[in-house]
Amino acid sequence: MSGAVTMQQALALAGLAVVLALASTLVSLLAKRVPATLRLAATPLLGLAGLAALAAGLIALALGGTVQTTLPLGLPWLPWHVRLDALAGFFLLLIGVVTCAVGLYAPAYVRGFEHGHDSLTALGGFSGLFLTGMLMVVLADDAFLFMVAWELMSLSSYFLVAYHHEHSANRRAAFLYLLMAHVGGLMILLGYGVLAAFGTGFSFSELRAAELPPIWAGVAFALAFMGFGMKAGLVPLHAWLPEAHPVAPSHISALMSGVMLKVAVYGFIRFVFDLIGQFPWQWGVVVLIIGCLSALFGVLAALLQTDLKRLLAYSSVENLGIIFIGLGLSLVFLSTGYRSLGALAFVAALYHCLNHALFKGLLFLGAGAILHSTHERDLDQMGGLLRRKPWTGLFFLVGVLSISALPPFNGFVSEWLTFQAALQAWQLQSGVLRSLIPIASAVLALTGALVAVTFVKVYGVAFLGQARSRHVRRARPGPWGMQAGQGFLALLCLLLGVFPTWVIGLIDAVPRAILGGGLPQAGAYGWLWLTPVSPQTASYSGPLIVLMLAGIGLTVFWGLNYLWSRGAPVRWIRRGDAWDCGFAPPSPRMQYTATAFAQPIRRVFGLLFQIDETMTRQEDGTLRHRLHIGDRFWGLLYLPIARAVESAARRVVLLQSGSVRVYLGWTLATLVGLLWIIT
Amino acid sequence: MDNYLTLPGWVLAVFQSCLYIALAPLLVGWVRKVKARLQNRRGAPLFQAYRDLYKLLAKEARVAHTASPLFRAAPYIVFTATWMAAATVPLLVVDLPTAAIADIIVLVGLLALARVFLALAGMDVGTAFGGMGASREMLIGALAEPAMLMAVFTLAMTAHSTNLSSVIDYHLVDGFVLRPSYLFALGGLILVAVAESGRIPIDNPTTHLELTMIHEAMLLEYSGRHLALMEWSAQIKLLLYGTLIANVFFPWGIGRGFGAAALGLGLAAVLAKLAALGAVLAVGETVLAKMRLFRAPEFLNLALLLSLLGLLSHVILEVGA
Repeated sequence: MSGAVTMQQALALAGLAVVLALASTLVSLLAKRVPATLRLAATPLLGLAGLAALAAGLIALALGGTVQTTLPLGLPWLPWHVRLDALAGFFLLLIGVVTCAVGLYAPAYVRGFEHGHDSLTALGGFSGLFLTGMLMVVLADDAFLFMVAWELMSLSSYFLVAYHHEHSANRRAAFLYLLMAHVGGLMILLGYGVLAAFGTGFSFSELRAAELPPIWAGVAFALAFMGFGMKAGLVPLHAWLPEAHPVAPSHISALMSGVMLKVAVYGFIRFVFDLIGQFPWQWGVVVLIIGCLSALFGVLAALLQTDLKRLLAYSSVENLGIIFIGLGLSLVFLSTGYRSLGALAFVAALYHCLNHALFKGLLFLGAGAILHSTHERDLDQMGGLLRRKPWTGLFFLVGVLSISALPPFNGFVSEWLTFQAALQAWQLQSGVLRSLIPIASAVLALTGALVAVTFVKVYGVAFLGQARSRHVRRARPGPWGMQAGQGFLALLCLLLGVFPTWVIGLIDAVPRAILGGGLPQAGAYGWLWLTPVSPQTASYSGPLIVLMLAGIGLTVFWGLNYLWSRGAPVRWIRRGDAWDCGFAPPSPRMQYTATAFAQPIRRVFGLLFQIDETMTRQEDGTLRHRLHIGDRFWGLLYLPIARAVESAARRVVLLQSGSVRVYLGWTLATLVGLLWIIT
Repeated sequence: MDNYLTLPGWVLAVFQSCLYIALAPLLVGWVRKVKARLQNRRGAPLFQAYRDLYKLLAKEARVAHTASPLFRAAPYIVFTATWMAAATVPLLVVDLPTAAIADIIVLVGLLALARVFLALAGMDVGTAFGGMGASREMLIGALAEPAMLMAVFTLAMTAHSTNLSSVIDYHLVDGFVLRPSYLFALGGLILVAVAESGRIPIDNPTTHLELTMIHEAMLLEYSGRHLALMEWSAQIKLLLYGTLIANVFFPWGIGRGFGAAALGLGLAAVLAKLAALGAVLAVGETVLAKMRLFRAPEFLNLALLLSLLGLLSHVILEVGA
């Protein structure tokens, strides 16, 4: 090896990732003849594409430079521009990490589909296209390529959501997803249109140079926020997410929740922070409020679910909310002139993006492992899986601790950074902002605490206790490939929590490139100490915390079990039956279920949901309890719109006479009308 | 931060941490004694809590057949996390390195870590009571944690630091000013402390009545040294909250140097403050009755409201002025 790597090589690696993803699609065409192709070639290629993207992202972040090129593709007067900078590099890294884990996991997972009648070509082919789309969105440097890649991502993921299309519920979910993805796509397109109207062309450098009057900037922001927010699943545009994410195959759910939502975050950051560049503080407030709403609503909805994958999907709404709280804080600070505080909140948001990709990917892969060996998604049927699947249980526990923002795992670091940014609100001049941000941090604190409740419920009900059904009692550990994929992500969750200074050192390239300034003092005291604002204000030492936790814990364990026990008169541990209160021995049915666990919270926060709970006495005298928890936003937002569209369609149906001549007449009239407008 | 990371600082930090586990049973014994006196009983000796711990530590541990490895690991994790959380709260002197390793947010995080493992351990064996206790504990934790964070954020914003040492330092240097925000935060934190350490009116530490238990329900399956560790962590938690209130809101007497005089004064001061707080707690537990579980959210919402009011009154009234 001679010479340092350059940005050119990073871009070439990113190109390689795209080529590998496309190759995975091509190879999948063979899967109809030879089913093993999917397992032996297509999914490993996907993993390699992830590895290439990961390497490209790392290099781009480490070098912090920019490189661009034009592809010989696209329209004659509008070739496709490609650009790799720190922001794109960060998201390439994020896509790459999760795809690597999926590449390890998927071969064993898709083996289960080889004997079914679902098309393997569709699964492998659209997975490759899906990854291509996401990579190209991040690399695109003009609105045209961006939209093409965006649509590729949306459409291919539609086919993956509809993969198990025999169930009508899945088809419905996929349709809803397609519909909302396209309404969102339309808004993004219009947003670019607004920018382009004031610029000279569609490439990002031209859009960046566009001078927008404040009103039009506001329109562009609103369109982009709604468009990207719809893809990111922000409340109230989240309705598709809990329907669509759970029904895809689990490794695709991991990609959708872990990565695709982040691509939407990327789009938002690129559009608002980079292309528009100038913003009033009101935008920050809007983003902050929507972020708070999403975080709180998402976690409460997740808490009440009993379907594991649906719960994880709602929890994605919550995490995206936290990311947007960070972005909102950043907008507020940047627009009021606090550049380094803005960078702090921005880094916190990006850190949480990466963390959420890791732990949500991990949790979805874990849910997939359970699904693989028990065919069960309902928490109320699970139990005792820790003893059946010890490795999955251990890795899932890491995911649970990370997502609950507990030290020393990674979720804690990003939450800590967000809090540190919020705590600097006293510097702001405006009293409104000074009082709004503490309320936002209260919401964030409540969210964090409720996440812990949610995931204690998940882990306690699924992995601890005793199995609640026969097929769960017979769960098998599962193939090593699946465990390796989870283990890889679990290890990263721990490392990103223990060594935050290194991660922040990498991420810091993004605000330096986009916002023109990074964190001045993040590592002022070396890698051991994280001091985001200043050493006097706050410090956190992940490595020392881990060292002390492990050291003290092991010392106490050793002291009590070996030192202390010398000469103890009785046997030191004895196994026995659980205490049965002097009645019948405890049976699995006596355990608290997921529904029971959430009941106190349901009672406290029930007003936010449409809860339909009935107790009926059946003919044989037994009681039957029915519980349905509905999303209030359906009734508030979606159903009125659906009804309005239907009634409009009923009016338009008058045109449908069935006669070709009348249709031709209408066509001619439209044509004349359009010609009249443009002349 | 430089002045924190010195050798005497580390030595004192270790000493102070050990003092936490050593003093924790004494505070519980003191509260029980005062309570007994208020109820016209003589009560158990002041050091009874130590004897109980010793007794439990010497007994064999019984573990259910259905328990997983998590059940046996949980007591150690809960104990360690609680102890580390306590170690970050200045007991005798400020400017110790433990305060630089972990700030207030980490303190809350470590307590949450302990709570999560406590709840998971409760659900592990698969009995009805364990799940019941876990569900209730998590509900109370979920409402108490944000209230606690808001209360400490009020202090952090005033001192422009989330480092507990700096907060106390700021208070001592700046001289005491009766701030409305501090009063609100104090009120919020007291309510949180009562709820989180499982005292009346939220939970009754002495009850074994099935339907009212919260903390005890999760520990039903524990015995021997495991139970000792769990009980000890609960005692450390009580001491932690007591010290937090005593040293942050009434910081007088806490040592600011590492000399013997400062340490002695610090110890005497904190013991006096804790004795007073313990007596207040005992009086409170004597005159109040335990609430129904579903009244607890109202209690904790009040805590959250007070803390949030504290924070808002700080950013609105005190920053601009």
